[in-house]
Amino acid sequence: MQNNLSHYKEILVKGIWRENPVAYQVLGICSALAVTVKMSTALVMSIALTLVAGFSGLIISSLRHLIPSNIRIIVELTVIASLVIVTDQILQAYLYDISKQLSIFVGLIITNCIILGRAEAFALANNPADSFVDGIANGLGYSMILMAVAFFRELLGSGQFFGISVIPGFVYDMGFQDMGIMVLAPGAFFIIGLLVWLKNSLPGGISHEKK
Amino acid sequence: MGDLLSLFINSVFIGNILLAYFLGICSFIAVSKTIETATGLGLAVIFVLTVTSPVNWLIYHGLLAPGALAWAGFPEMDLSFLKFITFIAVIAAMVQAVEMVIDRYSPLLYAALGVFLPLIAVNCAILGTSLFMVERNHTFVESVVFGAGSGTGWMLAIVSMAAIRKKVRYADVPAGLDGFGFIMIVAGLMAMTFMMFSGITL
Repeated sequence: MQNNLSHYKEILVKGIWRENPVAYQVLGICSALAVTVKMSTALVMSIALTLVAGFSGLIISSLRHLIPSNIRIIVELTVIASLVIVTDQILQAYLYDISKQLSIFVGLIITNCIILGRAEAFALANNPADSFVDGIANGLGYSMILMAVAFFRELLGSGQFFGISVIPGFVYDMGFQDMGIMVLAPGAFFIIGLLVWLKNSLPGGISHEKK
Repeated sequence: MGDLLSLFINSVFIGNILLAYFLGICSFIAVSKTIETATGLGLAVIFVLTVTSPVNWLIYHGLLAPGALAWAGFPEMDLSFLKFITFIAVIAAMVQAVEMVIDRYSPLLYAALGVFLPLIAVNCAILGTSLFMVERNHTFVESVVFGAGSGTGWMLAIVSMAAIRKKVRYADVPAGLDGFGFIMIVAGLMAMTFMMFSGITL
């Protein structure tokens, strides 16, 4: 049991930090940026993606001996698309407002390279339990970047934290203004660029390749 | 006609699918190393988008939209939840078909675009354009123009990025920023310049 736990911990650490899918493998940033104007949408997106990643790993890995290798991509996409449809229906049923704000980006989880990438690279070669943990780990690694970007964009762009104003009124009276650029597209690019710089500069985070 | 032109200009510049909606960034980073490959992928994206967007329009409005199956005796049927899986299947099939047609009739074009076509099936810009097309209630003609415009905007962005990366190849970028972080910041600056177009009204 001890061995098992440390084995899962190893997979988790790898997915969340050492080989973080967004910062290190440059996967899945398409949707990572568009939903980060507010932390609430980013959080829902993170949860949705993490669960889809985990369960797609579990299902694809369980089927790995049955899928003929020449049609595996289509089978993987079908599994992922079905999971995304379920997620989308649940969101529309219970979190209608947020699902409207996320608009097409829930559907784009299908083409998120993290999920297909982990299915190809990990789930096809490992047992279902490991693949589930790996999917969750990569989902959490992605969520971490997503929440960090959303934190800065919401704080600097509208002075809020999960929709609650956190910058006191007297700061505005002294002439402080919200940075409009953070709410717009360029803000997301700048923040993620700077975050990756920060991550690469931290000890143990230097694993980037020369261009 | 003016509306269509305005839709085209809008989807190329102001609502640029890459710089304003962040779609297709994975391949934007991976394939922008040289201008030649960026142009090749850009052309392939324009082509596939212009084809898949109207095809998905026909499928959505003919089979999936609420009430679309009235002709078959199911006026209450709403299959729109199936759009994700249908669109991705159409895109994968179209990409495959396009690849075979090009291979058969134009070996020259195939040599230029061949390697990029499989990549396109999972490019979020393609699926995203189809989903936007449904969400914004475009008509059939608009879906063609929107597909072509989005593709052109994407190509413009990736070719400009390849040109910029060529210019800065020997620039002295700080160690941790080099690579991905640097590209993101350049993309941010490009997104800012593209936003300037939003002042144009047609």
